[in-house]
Amino acid sequence: MALQILAVAVVVGAFLYLGNNLRNELIAKGLPTDFSFLSQPTGVTIADSNFDPGSPVWRALLAGIKNTFLLVIVGIPFLTILGTLIGVARLSTNWLVAKAAMVYVETLRNIPPLLIILFVFNAVILQLPPPRDPATPLDWFVISNLKIMGPWYDTSTGAGALLIIALIAVVAAVVVGIWRTRYSEQTGAHSHRVLWGLGVFAVIVLLGYFITGRPVSISLPVLDGRVITGGFGGLGAYFAVLIALVMYTASHVAEIVRGSIQAVPRGQTEAANAIALSGFQRLRYVILPQAFRIALPPIINQYLNFAKNTSLAIAIGFAEITLITFQAIGNGYPAPQLILLLMGAYLLFSLTISLLVNILNRRLQLVGN
Amino acid sequence: MKKNLFSNWYNSLLTIVFGALILWVLYVLVKYLIGVDTEIIRVNLKLYMAGRFPSEQLERLWGAIYVATATVAFFARATVRNAQMKATEAGLDFERSHWTDVVRRFWPIGALILFTLSFTGTFTPTLLTLVAAAIGLAAYWLGGMMPMWLIRRSWIILVAGLVGFYAVLVAFGGVGWDLWQGFFVNIVITVAGISLAFPLGLMLALGRRSTLPAVRVLSVTYIEFLRGVPMITLLLMGAFALGFLIPGDFQFSLFLRLLIAITLFQSAYIAEVVRGGLQSVPKGQIEAAQSVGLSPWKTMRLVVLPQALRNVIPAMVGQFISLFKDTTLVYIVGLLDLLRAVTISTAQPEFFAQGLEAVVLPFAALYFWVGSYVMSRESRRLEKKLGVGVR
Repeated sequence: MALQILAVAVVVGAFLYLGNNLRNELIAKGLPTDFSFLSQPTGVTIADSNFDPGSPVWRALLAGIKNTFLLVIVGIPFLTILGTLIGVARLSTNWLVAKAAMVYVETLRNIPPLLIILFVFNAVILQLPPPRDPATPLDWFVISNLKIMGPWYDTSTGAGALLIIALIAVVAAVVVGIWRTRYSEQTGAHSHRVLWGLGVFAVIVLLGYFITGRPVSISLPVLDGRVITGGFGGLGAYFAVLIALVMYTASHVAEIVRGSIQAVPRGQTEAANAIALSGFQRLRYVILPQAFRIALPPIINQYLNFAKNTSLAIAIGFAEITLITFQAIGNGYPAPQLILLLMGAYLLFSLTISLLVNILNRRLQLVGN
Repeated sequence: MKKNLFSNWYNSLLTIVFGALILWVLYVLVKYLIGVDTEIIRVNLKLYMAGRFPSEQLERLWGAIYVATATVAFFARATVRNAQMKATEAGLDFERSHWTDVVRRFWPIGALILFTLSFTGTFTPTLLTLVAAAIGLAAYWLGGMMPMWLIRRSWIILVAGLVGFYAVLVAFGGVGWDLWQGFFVNIVITVAGISLAFPLGLMLALGRRSTLPAVRVLSVTYIEFLRGVPMITLLLMGAFALGFLIPGDFQFSLFLRLLIAITLFQSAYIAEVVRGGLQSVPKGQIEAAQSVGLSPWKTMRLVVLPQALRNVIPAMVGQFISLFKDTTLVYIVGLLDLLRAVTISTAQPEFFAQGLEAVVLPFAALYFWVGSYVMSRESRRLEKKLGVGVR
């Protein structure tokens, strides 16, 4: 008990002492000691956006969080797919494929991610044609070293109705899927529920598309003097961070996937072979479902690492939250509070994900034996 | 050959597609390597390796390298002899690894040193490197005459080496750590960061498993807080906010502030690594220790920790690799490490805007790659040797 009181006293004492120092130093430097500066104008400019430098600091921070999320949300599906493919490839019986995957993994995961980002940005993205004379492959893309744009969609009146129809189509597809599953359970015939579901969805959406008068069209990016109209895309710096971190994190995911597949007992493979499943069936119905359970927690950990590594975008000037914080500090706002907010934002994100993983883990645990 | 590559149609297809892909990559690589102009590396090699370390004091840096080489060789000999002694005491055969085995494990580092020397203009660095190799071999040979008490307390060698290293660099008007730069500072930060973070991490791990709720809550809060934020936020804290916590005009240098930030950050990760080790010690060991009447402190020191720490060596090497790669982040807050050195060299008037990033960044990557690759292989070897998880 005495030890506990001592420990708490030491920590509280240290906090009080440091807090007091912090207060005195902030006052001595003429900086605010609270968070009131958040409503003052930032003076931060964000490339390729209509962000007004006169808006308050908290708005700039929110814009930074949005850009961080744009990296995370787009990056995670790509790194998952790439990592899984490479992880499976490492176990391929084809010697060439297995070796190529091994070289990829061993090269990428032993190089600092910051270095990969700088390389992709300087040696790949910046070597693209200048914005005045961009490359336009297929007329579908407009690619320059400043911005990369691809096709997107345009909506006109009736798009809302189509969205509702699409939602109805999803419900219908689910209902059909359930019906097929029941049918399969009763008769023993193959359910083909994914095919049925997709078919129902496609038919309804296609009908709706014509009934509502074709409200959605493809929008191609067009270079119009200095600006690009239509299409969708992002800054070169955004793609540099995205490509570099996806490649780097995929090498770690690949190792996890490989390890998890190898962790599935050999007897499972032999049993699958004994009942004459094909190679694909063995992977799809026997190995991967079991490997997935082992791989999930470490892969989510890699997602978190990916999210935290997006902060490295600061090195090439992509305006995510860390860069915005850095710039706000440069504009004379107090560093301690801003960095605390920055840490708080990442922490909130990390803890939320950890909590979800714990819940998921409990549900995935094998029940019984 | 046929079985591996052309057993059926899709395997053949895969082979052809991948073969084409690999050939294309090789073609691009070879074309790049033939055309590459390494002038920028030859001119800036000193900047890359040692930053702005004063040229007239470079002999101190070589002296420090010699001290480090001698320490490592001496310590390696002590470790080998310690293992030998323990094996003899236990009546086991001790299989001494052959020198070719050591070469096979560490050849990439040797190759990297030769590669670096190939960019030097004079013969002096090569000569000085040969001296380093000779000193290493001599120290290993001298280690054979090490007295028994030193073998049993081999940490003394490391401490002495550290003191010598620092003294050679700094004593009598030497070069303080503000001017430790280039690849040298990447190595210094990695070694110092892990060494300083280890005691703190150990305490946190023990705190997390403590029966006292207040200690446990404090440890868990610290660990989870730091593991939830990116390292760059800690570096920003070190660079811009740490100064506010110290009263008055007394200020640390940037190097020291970053080292503090990195130590605090790494200790949280090391705490988790050590916790894994503590959990790997079977409960029966603790019960056995208690039943022979050991106090909780002695149980921890004599029974649990030796086993736990032995088991965490591979994971610690992993953490070491991760920090080694992460030392490049000091780039962002303006410390002149290898990565910053190569990028500023591309801004020099004679090398400006010629796309030389494509030359110097892979060059820098090579150093991190070799270091991480060799260490990760060592980690896997240790894992097998220690039989972690299979006992």
